[in-house]
Amino acid sequence: MAGPPLLELDRLSTHYIAAQGARVVRAVDGVSLRVEAGETLGIVGESGSGKSTLALTLLRVLPPAARIVGGRMLLDGEDLVQKTEPEMQDIRGKKIAMILQDPMASLNPLFTIGNQVAEPIRVHEHETRRTAWQRARALLNAVRIPSPEARVKQYPHEMSGGMRQRIVGAIGISCEPRLLIADEPTTSLDLTIQAQYLNLLRELQRQHGLALIFITHNLGIVAKMCDQLAVMYAGRVVESGPVSRIFNAPVHPYTKALLNAIPRMDDPDRRLNAIEGQPPNLAALPPGCSFAPRCALAMPRCREAAPPEFTPEPGRTAHCWLAEPAAAAGRLIVSGAV
Amino acid sequence: MSDYVTRQIDGGAPRSPPATAARAMPALLHLLHLPMTRFVVRRTAYALLSLFLLSLTIFFFVRVTGDPAMLLVEPGASPDDIAAIHHQFGLDRPLWVQYWLFMSSLFHGDLGQSFYYQTPVMGLYLSRLPNSIELAAAAMLFSLVIGIPAGILAAVNVGRFWDSIGKLFTLLGLSMPSFWVGLLMILLFSVYLGWLPSSGAGTPWHLIMPAFALGWYFAAAHMRLTRSSMLEVLGSEYIKLARIKGLPQTLVIAKHAFKNALIPVLTLAGINLVLMINVAVVVETVFAWPGIGRLLYEGIAFRDFPVVQGVVIMGGAMIVTVNLLIDIVYALIDPRIRLGS
Repeated sequence: MAGPPLLELDRLSTHYIAAQGARVVRAVDGVSLRVEAGETLGIVGESGSGKSTLALTLLRVLPPAARIVGGRMLLDGEDLVQKTEPEMQDIRGKKIAMILQDPMASLNPLFTIGNQVAEPIRVHEHETRRTAWQRARALLNAVRIPSPEARVKQYPHEMSGGMRQRIVGAIGISCEPRLLIADEPTTSLDLTIQAQYLNLLRELQRQHGLALIFITHNLGIVAKMCDQLAVMYAGRVVESGPVSRIFNAPVHPYTKALLNAIPRMDDPDRRLNAIEGQPPNLAALPPGCSFAPRCALAMPRCREAAPPEFTPEPGRTAHCWLAEPAAAAGRLIVSGAV
Repeated sequence: MSDYVTRQIDGGAPRSPPATAARAMPALLHLLHLPMTRFVVRRTAYALLSLFLLSLTIFFFVRVTGDPAMLLVEPGASPDDIAAIHHQFGLDRPLWVQYWLFMSSLFHGDLGQSFYYQTPVMGLYLSRLPNSIELAAAAMLFSLVIGIPAGILAAVNVGRFWDSIGKLFTLLGLSMPSFWVGLLMILLFSVYLGWLPSSGAGTPWHLIMPAFALGWYFAAAHMRLTRSSMLEVLGSEYIKLARIKGLPQTLVIAKHAFKNALIPVLTLAGINLVLMINVAVVVETVFAWPGIGRLLYEGIAFRDFPVVQGVVIMGGAMIVTVNLLIDIVYALIDPRIRLGS
């Protein structure tokens, strides 16, 4: 872990600004994360917790209403927030690539598969049409599309959802990026295809030494795919660290509740655990900790002041007063007394 | 009839093996029961019904405008003279007989004799049609050349300066009557500046003002549709992916968005071209453009019943046919239209 990480986010904030600034939605709020080269970071959270906005922020392809209002994102030590639009165009698809959620909608219906896979190669590496198409066929082969020679000439509607998502994957790795962001890439695929796709992603990652940011709300996929985990709630990373450590000893009550909500197959009589209440309105966050209204362990202090970042153990972070060194020590004493 | 056709085909082409012919016959019979065939038959029946209602309407409405004989005789003509003219044009017969004669000759492709020109209406119509097509084509070209780029510009700059300019352009185009635009243009370019001829046809210069006056409304319509269609496409996932691939903005717009956004605009333009040929009455009158619109205007002014009926029926037939064809093409493309309703 020596040297600077591949990607480092430092208190990054992206807000949606509506009605001339009268309404501000804090979709991403002070997020700090690190991704090492070749490593997989999983980002989990409920719908609307800011996961996808974070991904779009990394590529700076936000909708017009969204603004990066603060923080830095360093890729190989260079701050992407400061880059001009043409500089970002050179980075997108070349250094950072992304796979979108919906394979049925993310390919252009009017152009052939070959055209769409070869496009980034032609734009970023200025290859001739011939060479780019040759590489496109090789890429389709790499993502296990049968008979790529024929498939490059076909249109998206002639493919199944699983094939289209693999083609989107091929587009993602076409220029050998350092970082691949996958935003819930398997949600619209059925389970067997999901497993195949995840294996394919892992294999591509190993072959190309890719770092992977895996956005999902499926903790099972996190356990299978990821080294590091970041749990997002209401635009903030409430807990982050190595997957195995978080799964074994979650610190934040929200993480605990999420892990508790995974259905258990070994005990069919157990009722499904849900987290009471609704995620807060990101345009009107409660004062203090945004999870406090739903938190079983909330203290008066949680409703007054937002907890800063604590380090419960090396390599982990948590935004919760319970992780404060004094409180943690106190808890140890209490549990010791019991 | 079908025997005759079969024999003709058999005689003309090399004999196909009997097995193929045996297989082809049930296939043809099957075709009649296909949803698509039923759809086409039903739509054609509706189209014919529309044209029948149109013929009925125009036949009776045109007779409400007054007595054509009064415009053909000198003031103070005797009732006998007027009765002679009525007899000559067949206006002395009962209405239903007149309608029956009109319809039966219509089925033979005969639109009757013009009262005023004393020549067949079909000949008059066909001599004027090329001028209308020329004007419509010029107006269409203008409306697309202005409407599509302006729509794209507005969609890409939504809510900003160029979008507002575009909104003003559409508002004016959709709300200002074309004859008024035409008169203003004549005043400016012909009377004050003396750049363009105020009326008539013949040179490309004659075409500019009428094409603009007719085309502005359609340019506005095409611009609005291009803008909304473009906005929809720009919000799509494949445009997001095109940006994520690192393509320059110009390529994203010109290649990925434009082609998709153009489909509905071209569909509308196809329908509008037929409309333009047939609704240019006022513009053709203002600029004295010798097209079918002006012919219709003259027909109304002279109470030339066969001319009015003929032009309206031909226009109606053109519009109904194009709509029918579009319906059929959509049904071929989209099974939901074919099988539904």
